[in-house]
Amino acid sequence: MFFRVAWLVMRKDLTVEVRSREILYTTAFFAVACVLVFSFALVKEGRPLEDAAAGILWIAVAFAGTLALGRTFERERHSETLRALMLAPSPRAAIYVGKLLGIVLLLLVVEAVLVPLIGLLFNVPILARPLLLTGLLAAGTVGFAAVGTLFAAMLVRARSRDVLLPVLLYPITIPVVIGGVRGTAALFELPPSGEVAGMWMALLLFFDVVFVTLSLWTFEPLMTE
Amino acid sequence: MKVDFEEVAVRELSRHYGRRRALWRVSLTCRAGEVLGLLGPNGAGKSTLLAILATLLAPSAGEVRYGDIGLRDAGPALRARLGFLSHDLHLYPELTARENLRFFARLYGLDRVAERVGEALAHAGLSERGDDLVSGFSRGMRQRLALERALLHEPRLLLLDEPFTGLDDASVGALVARLRALREAGRIVVVVTHDLDVAEALLDRLAVLKDGRLVALEDASGRIREHYRASIVSRTP
Amino acid sequence: MKRSYPFLVLAAVVLFAAAPILVDRAPYESTMGLVQKIFYYHVPSAMVMFLSALVCGVASALYLFRRNAAADRWASAAAELTVVFGLIVLVTGPLWARKAWGVWWQWDARLTSTLLMWMIFAAYLLVRRFGGPGAEKLAAAMAVFGMANVPFVYVSVNIWRTIHPTTRVVPTLAPGMRGVFWFAVLAFMVLFALLLALRARLEARRAEVEELYLMVEED
Repeated sequence: MFFRVAWLVMRKDLTVEVRSREILYTTAFFAVACVLVFSFALVKEGRPLEDAAAGILWIAVAFAGTLALGRTFERERHSETLRALMLAPSPRAAIYVGKLLGIVLLLLVVEAVLVPLIGLLFNVPILARPLLLTGLLAAGTVGFAAVGTLFAAMLVRARSRDVLLPVLLYPITIPVVIGGVRGTAALFELPPSGEVAGMWMALLLFFDVVFVTLSLWTFEPLMTE
Repeated sequence: MKVDFEEVAVRELSRHYGRRRALWRVSLTCRAGEVLGLLGPNGAGKSTLLAILATLLAPSAGEVRYGDIGLRDAGPALRARLGFLSHDLHLYPELTARENLRFFARLYGLDRVAERVGEALAHAGLSERGDDLVSGFSRGMRQRLALERALLHEPRLLLLDEPFTGLDDASVGALVARLRALREAGRIVVVVTHDLDVAEALLDRLAVLKDGRLVALEDASGRIREHYRASIVSRTP
Repeated sequence: MKRSYPFLVLAAVVLFAAAPILVDRAPYESTMGLVQKIFYYHVPSAMVMFLSALVCGVASALYLFRRNAAADRWASAAAELTVVFGLIVLVTGPLWARKAWGVWWQWDARLTSTLLMWMIFAAYLLVRRFGGPGAEKLAAAMAVFGMANVPFVYVSVNIWRTIHPTTRVVPTLAPGMRGVFWFAVLAFMVLFALLLALRARLEARRAEVEELYLMVEED
């Protein structure tokens, strides 16, 4: 029952998104714009600062993710459909999981665009350890999205919700950024350090488990007024 | 584990936001086969009361009982017997009418989805527009579709927040007829409305709220306008 | 005022009066001299800050899961104190670092973690203030998540820092200093307890006034 509902919600989100592709295109473009802005800021005489590539990748993901979260829940707010979802006789945490999966998928697609771009602009070996890189990105994205989905959902009815989301989200997800950037930087070195990256990925996975669990517990008490 | 009830009892229900009283000690009962109207000026607390009945909002004090079940024990089983329609209609404009209905039917775990969706579309008079996006629908069409969505799971208690706003006369008539049919079928219908004409045509009983308090609770008996004006005027300080 | 309060106030006053005398009489540290004495304020403030953060986290969890309104008041009071004492830590830290080692900020693991925790609780206060109705629950979630984050912040910032060499020398306490140090800790803890109790009580009174307003308006 739980997973059926989560799957339904996710499929509904994907259907809506595939029709207009609005969030996907704008988020992806925004992420690319971020990369460019930061590149101009951090590249001197054609040489980037050390580990700039990894840093810029994760910053772009964090910023674009915040935007995507805001837009996704803005859609639900528009017709108060979140209320209708809460009214359904299904476990409410399943709604959270459905929304989370949708966001993670969207961000992974954006990352699929960003990683080659970063590889191109900074000449980093993105294909040296592809599985580890994917795992790192996935683990970090899930962690970021887990906290982000919960906060964005609970901010739907709040004032100043646009600015409050980053204010709340960024301090909590700093470990994700640290882990993601250091792990990715380790993979972009020559030779790539799989051990270091693996260690950071383990930390990220642990973060994911803790915060998804915490979010599942707190979703219902938070969403009932 | 199916839940059902014949009566909804509201006892001393209060809800406040800081110092602002949205509801204060409201008590009333509604029974199966009855249409209860909630009337009152803006800000009287009608939407708040409806939201509490729909388990979307927690009260600050007081109790609601759905038959034997209290609001505090409300869970998925109770929600399966509630239908709620607010001003915002809760429809996804990016999906077609059929997809909207199908999504909610599956969300509620209903069987015979295709059949029910077909019936709902027919009731709403939208059978030919079933595969059109809701974003292209007029207000009236969306209203009809939203009502059918709220009725898909055959709820015992139907809560409608100003369903007649923005409808033309023909749609109003159709909606009144539909609600009358539901009443005959033994459902409990609670309607918030501003429209006194509709109230006269439809309601069995009415409750008048003013400043969060219940100032009148009477049988309709065709004298709604007098009841309403009297209760609003008499309590003005 | 409750009977215990005059006692607490007296105890706090006495402790704070004595502290400067003791701090003044404590032996000077060999390399840093007078500057090192800021340590008697910096470290106890840090301990109070983390204790306050813990209180806020626990109270917030109680509020979220048990809907205990009193817990929310304690959480709000504790959050304010976390931000205040955190500010003391974050100001005294760089002041000390600048005089002792020549740089304001070194991305030292502990100070960075403190900054992060401070931001989380500053965000708590922002949400409470600007979040509109129902903001207390959002803030409570923030506090709970912040608390759950502590081990992750600690581990990740530590590993992040050890990859870069650090020039900071951690002072070991000479015997003459130990007594003064623990006295300072005690003084700060008493101050914390007093401020927390007073602040929570203020909120409780405020809630009572709101209730009275509600009842008065009934005709």
